[in-house]
Amino acid sequence: MTQKIMPQTTLGRDAQPKSKVKTSHVFIYIFLVLLAIICIVPFYIMIIYGTHTNSEIASKFIFLPGSALVENYHSMMENVNIWRGFMNSLIISCCSTALTLYFGALNAYGFAKFKFKGNKVLFWFVLATMMVPQQLGLVGTFRIMYLLHLLDTYAALILPAAANAFAVFFVKQFIDGTIPDEIMESARVDGAGEFKTFNRIILPMLVPALAALGIFSFIGSWNNFMGPLVLLFSNDKYPLPLLVQLLQGYYGTNYGVQYLGVALSVLPIIIAFAIFSKRIIGSVAIGAVKG
Amino acid sequence: MFSKGLKKEHYGYLFIAPFFIIFIVFGLYPIVYSFYLSLSSWDGFGSPEIIGFANYKRLIGDYMFYKALFNTLFIWVISVIPQLTVSLILAVILHEKFIKGKSLFRAIFFFPNIVTAASLGLLVGLIFSWQSGSFNELLINLGIISDPVNWPDKPYFMRLLISSILFWQYFGYSMIIYIAGLQGISRDLLEAAEIDGASKVQVFFKITLPLLKPIMIFQVITSIIGGMQIFDQPYTLTNGSGNPDNATLTSVMYLYKTAFTRYQYGYGSAIAFGLFIIIVIFSIISFVVMNRKTKGAQG
Repeated sequence: MTQKIMPQTTLGRDAQPKSKVKTSHVFIYIFLVLLAIICIVPFYIMIIYGTHTNSEIASKFIFLPGSALVENYHSMMENVNIWRGFMNSLIISCCSTALTLYFGALNAYGFAKFKFKGNKVLFWFVLATMMVPQQLGLVGTFRIMYLLHLLDTYAALILPAAANAFAVFFVKQFIDGTIPDEIMESARVDGAGEFKTFNRIILPMLVPALAALGIFSFIGSWNNFMGPLVLLFSNDKYPLPLLVQLLQGYYGTNYGVQYLGVALSVLPIIIAFAIFSKRIIGSVAIGAVKG
Repeated sequence: MFSKGLKKEHYGYLFIAPFFIIFIVFGLYPIVYSFYLSLSSWDGFGSPEIIGFANYKRLIGDYMFYKALFNTLFIWVISVIPQLTVSLILAVILHEKFIKGKSLFRAIFFFPNIVTAASLGLLVGLIFSWQSGSFNELLINLGIISDPVNWPDKPYFMRLLISSILFWQYFGYSMIIYIAGLQGISRDLLEAAEIDGASKVQVFFKITLPLLKPIMIFQVITSIIGGMQIFDQPYTLTNGSGNPDNATLTSVMYLYKTAFTRYQYGYGSAIAFGLFIIIVIFSIISFVVMNRKTKGAQG
């Protein structure tokens, strides 16, 4: 791989013909490529090993795909319905994301465009909640879900998503930077109610910010492990991270099946990243620098 | 007109109300209730019985709490130091003009960050298992060892393994944040320094690094808050056990097990608050220390 890149460096910037600099460039590329390989290898192993039988895995180190993919898939489906988990993950993540986006935007708009009493103090309060670790209220969360009869329901994982402080912060930054007060005023002159103005006019203008935030919130919810571990009890409601953990219990010694399960749980994220990587990376940077 | 405009401002309360209602029910109440529980004894049945600060007294003398804290700190320190340095080096490299394929490298380095942590823990557990682990088989193939090594039985190895997972998941994330910080530093400034005869290394230490200080403080503090809460990776790596000999039992795993597998909800809550206090103290210390260094550099 390094050989492939080397000619590029020599062809690249002819403006600075210092051979000393170029050798250091080669080392830099070797370093980058090695790190990239380290990033990819575990995923390669996961996919390759998912296609092998247990006895093949137990006997030697494997580089190439095997032929046991279907066999592993069938033995996995006997005890663990991975598609059910996929659906559960999808339902929980989509609903959580929708709540985070809508109520985050609603709240951000309230803070950004209405100068009510206590605006600043309440906004700082919202920001401060971002610093509180989630585990602090873990036991209490279990309790309130019990009191509201929400234990072992999707709602227990979805409803709290409506109060996402980071979403408020993120969308408010966007509103402050892009939406002038005149838009609201002209809507008011036209006689539109405040909520109608928000839903019909403001919300569509927030789409770029909501798209970036939505990807984040979706991934966060998709990867959530501790929430469902504490709040769900029925296997048929488990999202993927919990189902994968269940595989460990059912197939403690069948490695091929476990590799396949892990691979299937990670695959949607690989696909999503392949499509949205630029946008995801861009919004990580925005969120961090403004914070 | 004026009074009408004033009235409009009150709509703000309606816009922020849903968030605050949800936050009070699912964010604030659980924390307040956990605090109440931390002062009581409750096994999940009947009603909690107030026992004052007994849970906290028990916590102060609890060997396992300190052990879990040590494990967590060990895992965090070993992962965060290379994370914050390697990512800084990478950010500087990938900010250079001459590098080709910048966005591809950024994407590959960042990718592990968004992969399900629970799945990764399980995956690493499979790769490093004793009898059929691919790591052992690779070492045997290469002739480095002749018999498989029982890695999951080695306390320090397992801790280092978790540190490695965390490093691997977060160095790309840190890198992206550093790059964003670097993009905020004007290129003219750096180029002017180079024209004045400063070497790249000098520019890095005298100009870039001091300007990145706020970003570094941000990264250290968020990594403390995140690092003290490590749970998913060690949990799935060890099938929830924290083995060997509780060496991979992190603070939050201890909290989870106490509350949800031993049903000591009161004591579990006390662990949560104990941990919270420790996180706050560490955050304040690191903030003060790093800020003082900045002032020293300026003066």
